[in-house]
Amino acid sequence: MSTPTAILAGFQAKRRATRSRTLKPWYKNGSLVAGMIIVGALVLMAILAPIIAPYDPIQQNLTNTLQAPSTSHLLGTDKYGRDVLSRLIWGARVNLRIGFLAVLIPFVFGSILGGLAGYFGGWLDAIVMRVVDVFFAFPFYVMVIVLVFILGSGEASIYLAIAAVSWVSYAKIVRGEVIVAKKQDYVVGARLGGMSHGRVLVRHIGPNVLSQAIIYGMSDIVMDIMAVVTLGYLGLGIAPPTAEWGSMILDGQEFITTLWQQATIPGLIVVVTSLGVSFLGDGLSDLLSPDRRK
Amino acid sequence: MSPDTSILRVSNVTKTYHLGNALLEKFSKNPESNSALTALDGIDLQLRKGEILALVGESGSGKSTLAKILVGSVAASTGEIQYQGSPMPARRGKDVTRRIQMVFQDPYSSLNPRMSVGAVLSELLLLHKIVPRREVRAESIRLLNRVGMEEDALDAYPSQFSGGQRQRIAIARALAVRPDVLIADEPVSALDVSVQATILELFTTLRDELGLSILFVAHNLAVVQHLSQRVAVMYLGRIVEVADTAEIFSNPRHPYTRALIESIPRMTAEGANDGIVLEGEPPSPFNIPAGCRFNPRCSFAQVACTLTDPALMPVGPTHESACIRADELPIFSSIPIHQEEL
Repeated sequence: MSTPTAILAGFQAKRRATRSRTLKPWYKNGSLVAGMIIVGALVLMAILAPIIAPYDPIQQNLTNTLQAPSTSHLLGTDKYGRDVLSRLIWGARVNLRIGFLAVLIPFVFGSILGGLAGYFGGWLDAIVMRVVDVFFAFPFYVMVIVLVFILGSGEASIYLAIAAVSWVSYAKIVRGEVIVAKKQDYVVGARLGGMSHGRVLVRHIGPNVLSQAIIYGMSDIVMDIMAVVTLGYLGLGIAPPTAEWGSMILDGQEFITTLWQQATIPGLIVVVTSLGVSFLGDGLSDLLSPDRRK
Repeated sequence: MSPDTSILRVSNVTKTYHLGNALLEKFSKNPESNSALTALDGIDLQLRKGEILALVGESGSGKSTLAKILVGSVAASTGEIQYQGSPMPARRGKDVTRRIQMVFQDPYSSLNPRMSVGAVLSELLLLHKIVPRREVRAESIRLLNRVGMEEDALDAYPSQFSGGQRQRIAIARALAVRPDVLIADEPVSALDVSVQATILELFTTLRDELGLSILFVAHNLAVVQHLSQRVAVMYLGRIVEVADTAEIFSNPRHPYTRALIESIPRMTAEGANDGIVLEGEPPSPFNIPAGCRFNPRCSFAQVACTLTDPALMPVGPTHESACIRADELPIFSSIPIHQEEL
């Protein structure tokens, strides 16, 4: 080796594998913490509904209808004399449960299909993507409303309708990410290491592409909650008398000029929920990006 | 050369890519339209046991394609690759794949950002049962030490390392499966100059200590001068000259090699280098010139050069050149590189 090389080698000999970058701890991530607080509070409210709700949400009291807010009914009562606050608290159970659960099936199904299509390409990719295109051609809400109308109202048909429509987004996202990831040298390197396609896809590509799907899933939860509320508002969702935010808005809007809080408060809580989940998604996208990863 | 000295032998390997829409082409008026790209055109090359062979050429000359064919991630269109005297199967099994490993150019895309260094190494060690499970950690540390890294790298993720450190980790990953051959595809061209030297030195150490045979791809002759035993020069999908490193720098017998040597930037007491400057871009691989493929850019070209397409011919005991005027070329008078070396 030439002289300059030898000098350089001497300098480099002192090198240590020190970690060059310190990672930002999760609790310093503003939107993540805000999202966790909001969503956490709502989830807690849903879980503790039987304890914290002052009245039975479906117990009618026809001698006590359409009360203005008072100390005994903080948000008043609706046209059947039911306590609005209690219905709001119990409604969190239905809306949050459907919002979060409805994401799972399309997430799993769409990601697997999109991942296989992107990785193997060829005819599989062609078929999957044409089907995706067909589903994509219809607006989300229109498809969900039509499917729920066909399947009949109820929680099961809401899950089914949302799953049938929203898997395409996950398939599209994961496919695109896999197509990029499979050309990366670390994937080629893993194949050269003698690993099977399945192992490469699950162990090496999967963790790198799923974060995008998870982040999208967060905005999808917002969309699903909105879908449930919309269906409830249209009278297609959860059958009455179950407390649900959408149908509360529908019931309350008749009296918007006199008892404005009956429609407005459920509307606001939908907004707050969406905001909380969006914050959570935003914070997660920060946390899940590979460079920040601990 | 007797075949037993070569660990990897490439015979008449070609690689053609068909671009464009195959269906559209069927209906086009000109079925012979130039949609076929010839990346490699009849490559004969051998990598001897325990040597570092440099493969040098401009971008687009097919070096990387050849590297990918050797590791098996791209299939050759025609030709044969022999590994230790026996032909490579088209679909390599886990055990054959293991023998020839690759170090990539870009250390930022060659390591999985979501796997810790320890996880990458132990996965390979366990998959190939290189060591028993309880010795995996010790073996991983040995691998890291071998490439000049310390034990504390095991639990860290690639994003926590610099480019040079990542390249060391990538080399450790390639070594984990105990290969016989290392294909290094421009492993230093993405690194800082100060780091390049130490990585080059690591390759020399690996050859000396492990007896690895290394094919070192580079686009710059200066990089390989002190590293390799032999140099093969590629131009437009062909190997145009092969010789021992000292021989190729002192007595290049192909005008293209001369141009490459003279294009190495250097300063001497007499001033900067002012040799033949290679003019123009390499021709399109869709449309390779008739005759010798270097003739449009060659300062020694004659009419005969546009008529015959020369094959690689011996011009000395350890020297082959694909130039019909190889013996007529004037004595090479380039200033020796690195005069400061005594």
